[in-house]
Amino acid sequence: MRFVYFSILVMMINMGCTSCQREEVAPHIKKNIEQGSRSIKSNTKMVMIPGGKYKPFFGSDTSMIKVDSFLIDERPVTNGEFLEFVKAYPEWRRSNVKRIYADTNYLKLWTSDTTLPDTVPLDAPITQVSWHAAKAYANAVGKRLPLLDEWEFVAMADNEVPNARKKKSYSDDIIDLYLIKNRQFNPVKKSSPNYWGVYNMFDLVWEWTDDFNSVLITGESRAGEYSDKNMFCAAGAVTATDVMNYAAFMRFSMRAGLKANYTVNNLGFRCAKSIHKN
Amino acid sequence: MTYKLFVSSLLLAFIIAGCKTNTSDSQGVSADKAIAMVAEGKAEVAEVTEAPNVPKPVGDRAPKKFIVNLETTETVGEIADGKQYTFWTFNNHVPGSFIRLRVGDEVELHLKNAANSVLPHNIDLHAVTGPGGGAEATTAVPGQEAVFTFKALNPGLYVYHCAAPPVPMHIANGMYGLILVEPEGGLKKVDREYYIMQGEFYTKAKTDSLLEFDNDKGNEENPDYVLFNGKKGSLLGKNMIEAKVGETVRLFVGNGGPNLVSSFHVIGEIFDNVYTEGGTVVNHNVQTTIIPSGGAAIVEFKVDVPGEYVLVDHSIFRAFNKGAIGKLKVTGNENEKVFKKGGAKK
Repeated sequence: MRFVYFSILVMMINMGCTSCQREEVAPHIKKNIEQGSRSIKSNTKMVMIPGGKYKPFFGSDTSMIKVDSFLIDERPVTNGEFLEFVKAYPEWRRSNVKRIYADTNYLKLWTSDTTLPDTVPLDAPITQVSWHAAKAYANAVGKRLPLLDEWEFVAMADNEVPNARKKKSYSDDIIDLYLIKNRQFNPVKKSSPNYWGVYNMFDLVWEWTDDFNSVLITGESRAGEYSDKNMFCAAGAVTATDVMNYAAFMRFSMRAGLKANYTVNNLGFRCAKSIHKN
Repeated sequence: MTYKLFVSSLLLAFIIAGCKTNTSDSQGVSADKAIAMVAEGKAEVAEVTEAPNVPKPVGDRAPKKFIVNLETTETVGEIADGKQYTFWTFNNHVPGSFIRLRVGDEVELHLKNAANSVLPHNIDLHAVTGPGGGAEATTAVPGQEAVFTFKALNPGLYVYHCAAPPVPMHIANGMYGLILVEPEGGLKKVDREYYIMQGEFYTKAKTDSLLEFDNDKGNEENPDYVLFNGKKGSLLGKNMIEAKVGETVRLFVGNGGPNLVSSFHVIGEIFDNVYTEGGTVVNHNVQTTIIPSGGAAIVEFKVDVPGEYVLVDHSIFRAFNKGAIGKLKVTGNENEKVFKKGGAKK
């Protein structure tokens, strides 16, 4: 009995320590640890994106969407970082996660709850994670997932200008990247950054957004203009603002096929943060 | 008295015959009839085949329940002359597997998207009555499987294709195939049946040996290749389709497009029967039949003389310059009454 008290004490000291040597938490103690008392750090550099208005890929020609200034991770979250997360948050380990939060492919390539095979490099982006898991990670590092409009706002840039959508090669160049198989095993930040200094928007993984399925929901200024029907066959051609932007079609098609507990081999995420005005 | 009875019986017979004709001609009524058909028993996995082969005919069997399994893949294969192309497929082949049903069959279609796919895919079957032909219900991201169930209501030969955005690109990369719905009692028995599907490819060089899709050429409808069964020479040399003199040949011909309308012709033959546009109306004695993009036709002809019969898209530059050419090899005895070289003997 005394030993248990002692263990808890040691545990609490560990928790308080920021250098965070994470130990396996015994199941009977796990319950006693409050969610908020745990935290992990993200050292990923964030890039400030000055807000503005942009024309979303779906919607009427005239509807411009306002995007507030925000911070976004300069690159996707890596396998190594997600490993630290599951070490600190045992409920997100493969053997503990609930099916409603992540399907059976969750972290499937990993060799155990906390070990990865050599084929899954620590500096490559995390994949096979659900929206719930991505959101929990973002929460744990004090960030959030980017909104779809934020992500697409950043995605308009090539490495020269903030909005390259009018360039003829814009979509084709992205598609060239999209169609390469197994690129999710390449390390982050090896390709050149875009205009904002953001890396790997297209060349490694698809990325979750907080409201990935919002294009399926009619609402706000775009109410009634589209529903999921518009994603299929020729209907997409009616509502897309740029019918030759095949890369955007692919992203929206991908998002339309997702559910929050799906985990996909080439789908990862990066984090964002709001800028609070004083 | 007897005469009167005879006349009224005759009249009645006419009326009944008249009604019958009306019933079978009216599509709404026949679809209702198909809906009412009961598919008995436990679902079986349906036989599906790679081109140029087709599954066995339905014959006179009753409606049944089937499971059809299709997998969407993105796979590199030869397109022409040692050049590779990244095809997007149903079941790893272009065209996708041939599905054969009868009116009243109930199908649970499982669409699995391969785990190593890059993109989401789905299936829109023109044989399906319902939203998107199944496209919305079957959209599967890489590694996922989607399922929907439909009942075959209308007999005919139908195209299926992927309808995930960007649709033109999915079709241009080879995501199409044929699904046949035979009428009650089946199509008339023939000696040979083959599956041929035309599609054109818009390419640019990625490396010396690997080609990839060219969106601009697609938009301009200017293909580099117009092919039968997804590969130049897929019906030539040792891949020729075959028949013997005296046999009747039935070709299930589809056109995946994505853009071109085919002028399908067999050099040296006349189609005895053409199920125009894959529907119920049969035309006879046809030289060349139009097959729209996203459409199909069934052609039948008896072969009377041995030789190699060339299958072409008679929009003829496509045949000689872009690959829309195949061959039917007919073996057997000559019949000089029908065809011989030279004039009458003196």
